[in-house]
Amino acid sequence: MNSSFILHPRSLMSDRIEKRIVLRAPIDRVWRAISDAPSFGEWFGVDFAGAKFAAGQRVRGNVTNTGYEHLVMNVLVEAIEPPRLLSFRWHPDATDAAADYEHESTTLVVFELQEADGGTLLTLVESGFDALPESRRASAFRGNDAGWDSQMKRVERYVAGTP
Amino acid sequence: MSPARRKSAAAARSFRAPRDFRRGAPVFAALGDDVRLALVTRLSARGPMSTMRLSEGAGVTRQAVSKHLEVLAGAGVVHSTRQGRERIWEVDSAPLHAAQEWLDAISRDWDRALSRLKAFVEE
Repeated sequence: MNSSFILHPRSLMSDRIEKRIVLRAPIDRVWRAISDAPSFGEWFGVDFAGAKFAAGQRVRGNVTNTGYEHLVMNVLVEAIEPPRLLSFRWHPDATDAAADYEHESTTLVVFELQEADGGTLLTLVESGFDALPESRRASAFRGNDAGWDSQMKRVERYVAGTP
Repeated sequence: MSPARRKSAAAARSFRAPRDFRRGAPVFAALGDDVRLALVTRLSARGPMSTMRLSEGAGVTRQAVSKHLEVLAGAGVVHSTRQGRERIWEVDSAPLHAAQEWLDAISRDWDRALSRLKAFVEE
């Protein structure tokens, strides 16, 4: 037993990464950089030349960063709501070119824009890390367990910084 | 042309580096359940405990707790030893740390991608 180890339930349970950044540029310019697939590719480092983000569409492109050109980035656009929201699903960290990620769960990446003092507030959220392959097995337990609601409340207290 | 067209060495380095995603995946899956998360939290806070003690106040049956512990054991998050007729469970921190590091690495990747976006739009 490693008794010095203290679990931080908030960060481990948290199945999301959230970033906020104020960009000193008007919302329309930021929107174009994010929603126009070739522009997205330029700053992200993937060749999306000629591609178009549209809801329900898959967009694929070769990674352009040196050393990673053998990788293909593959996203499934979920929503595109100018000039505020773009979301897509992908396989997080799919950096093994030989691996088949198709049957694994995806994470959801959401870019949200908001006008802010001096520019545009971008909120990025990537979520779904705990909906991974074994979760199908895990969810099978849920239906069998009684007292789910009271358990949820208990966990909320754990996560709030007790035990 | 925008500065982002000129691919910098920094950008080249900052694409998601190969990491063993599958090592972290079972840990997230195992912790993606509130009962199991509570079990791990209790074990890590209070040290080794028997199935019986873990079942007290768990809000689910002892059988359910056993199943949840097996899932956690399958992900390498806990392991058990026999002590008489009881099974004593304890936390293995290494897989938890590995999963956390993986998530942190992805988080840093986003920091870098967003700073490239910043340069791209603020030119």
